Amino acid sequence: MDKFTVLTAIAAPLPEANIDTDKIIPARFLKTTKRSGLGVHAFDGMRYNPDGSEKPDFVLNREPYRKAGILITHDNLGCGSSREHAPWALLDFGIRCVIAPSFADIFFNNCFKNGILPIRLPREICDALMDDARLGANGRLTVDLERQVVVRPDGEEIAFEIDPLRKHLLLEGLDDIGQTLQHEGAISTFEAARGQAQPWQTRIVID
Amino acid sequence: MAARTLFDKIWDSHVVERLEDGTAILYIDRHLVHEVTSPQAFEGLRISGRRLRRPDATIAVVDHNVPTSDRTLPIEEPESRNQIETLERNVREFGVPYFPLLSERQGIVHVVGPEQGISLPGMTIVCGDSHTSTHGAMGALAFGIGTSEVEHVMATQTLLQKPAMNMKVVVEGTLGAGVTAKDVMLAIIGTIGTAGGTGYVIEFAGSTIRGLDMAGRMTICNMSIEAGARAGLVAPDETTFDYVRGRPFAPQGEAFEQAVAYWKTLAADAGAHYDKIVELRAEDIPPVLTWGTSPETVIPVSGTVPDPSAESDEAKRAQMQRMLDYMGLEAGQKIAGVPVDVVFIGSCTNSRIEDLRSAAGIVAGRHVAPGVRAMVVPGSGIVKAQAEHEGLDRVFLDAGFEWREAGCSMCLGMNPDRLTPGQRCASTSNRNFEGRQGPGGRTHLLSPAMAAAAAVTGHLTDVRELI
Ligand code: SF4
Repeated sequence: MDKFTVLTAIAAPLPEANIDTDKIIPARFLKTTKRSGLGVHAFDGMRYNPDGSEKPDFVLNREPYRKAGILITHDNLGCGSSREHAPWALLDFGIRCVIAPSFADIFFNNCFKNGILPIRLPREICDALMDDARLGANGRLTVDLERQVVVRPDGEEIAFEIDPLRKHLLLEGLDDIGQTLQHEGAISTFEAARGQAQPWQTRIVID
Repeated sequence: MAARTLFDKIWDSHVVERLEDGTAILYIDRHLVHEVTSPQAFEGLRISGRRLRRPDATIAVVDHNVPTSDRTLPIEEPESRNQIETLERNVREFGVPYFPLLSERQGIVHVVGPEQGISLPGMTIVCGDSHTSTHGAMGALAFGIGTSEVEHVMATQTLLQKPAMNMKVVVEGTLGAGVTAKDVMLAIIGTIGTAGGTGYVIEFAGSTIRGLDMAGRMTICNMSIEAGARAGLVAPDETTFDYVRGRPFAPQGEAFEQAVAYWKTLAADAGAHYDKIVELRAEDIPPVLTWGTSPETVIPVSGTVPDPSAESDEAKRAQMQRMLDYMGLEAGQKIAGVPVDVVFIGSCTNSRIEDLRSAAGIVAGRHVAPGVRAMVVPGSGIVKAQAEHEGLDRVFLDAGFEWREAGCSMCLGMNPDRLTPGQRCASTSNRNFEGRQGPGGRTHLLSPAMAAAAAVTGHLTDVRELI
């Protein structure tokens, strides 16, 4: 997982509530065998016409938002199914940070598991940041995770909260696996002791 | 030490380390892998250059996508074929033990695990599939996980978990004729609701549960997830040990006896604390089925479709009406007698040899009603072979059933076995959500015996009239 330290990027405003995981990535794209490559299908229904052509009004179809690295929305982002395809699609599109007044639980967790920083900020602040974002390339936002601030184009800093462990994992680019592997010694010790105490623990070997 | 439940004991014996915030690094004994939720996890290992920590604790099968028709033909749907071929590449690259499509040991992952002695009492067992709860019938802590967690187990053989609360569901008494484990579990879900088990691991206990064979216990634990629970459990006993003895991957001889001695210590201590206890009487449970699009919409087969206007909560009333419209039913209608188009006997809930025997007992000497498509999809190649050995295939085929190869099949319609819009299906599976068995399809969940009764009469039927 890539480290998340300081991100300066174009932010896309998407002033809608309850954007569910089906909107982020429709079910028919779940037969994929890859995490990557889902970016073209992100927001499929909002982004494309039935004939596959782009809907010119949709924010991510407009310059400079095609290169957005931050997404700002209204309440309850990511509700619906637990599919991890949702953060995969965002990440593959290039989004590393999502800002909203509230998030669905599982989606919130799944973001961290995939190196995306979800930031909760009050609705008025989200609206103000959307106004910044509407300036396009002139309205780039900076997200400084170490200092826990979002820096607006005029230099104003907005503080945000984050769980210290999660902050650490993102800063170091450690996923849960990397974190757990720091306990590798304990796992090996446990494994060996278990094998000794319970010799009936069979191994699965197929010749 | 304080008195502990079965769940507490299995949990405690697998904690590698407790982290500051109460999360545990939990050791995982068995990881079951299938083609739908594993490809991105293998990809993750590859990208990060990590190895699969314990191939010898991992087993892979194909089940969700596989065709259940002639297996020697190529798989028609390109995306299904791709997922299967991807799994085959991955198991080769990472050295994962694998039961391929043409192996007799192939089947639905939750049928294969216990059948092969891979799922054993006292273990922690995970799989990227919510019905992993099935293996709890062995007296193991078994639960479904997401794709990131699949990768986590592959790389570390552990999971980061917070402990669940303990619930006990006690069923006492003797089941009436025609009443099966499926009826018991549907009755439990009808009683506690689809969120009744949220946050809990449910231990099923009482004389009725003790009296069930392993297949019945698996049916019960399988649907724990439909009650919202993290997992379901039954304490291992002589029935369990007899089932495990001699299975291919179970310990043998002296090691088996040692294991049994340990497994016997797993039952809850006297006075162990449960956060919630629910009690049912077996005598109060008739043959049941679902009428709506949620597994908690359970009614007796002798009952009528409920009336939304009797519901005071407006949101619930609207939801009931929507279910009735989707299901093509009317309030107050008797459920028995509603014609069916399809009968599906299969899925990880009810595709074991005991289930097939139960259905065949009703079908024998009868014929599938005109216009009904009836299919039996055994849970594994081994179940299929055993059924053929007992002549059950002839019973079904002579009656006009389709007799198919093992897989998930019409349980979720990822392979070509799907309902068409408006078709009504009597199904032994576990989910009746809108479109689950095919877009627009209408599912009634019921037992194998009740499914067989529907097949031969052409409508939803009280199986007791046929025994
Ligand atoms: S049979 Fe159905 S519920 Fe069971 S694993 Fe397969 S798809 Fe899931």
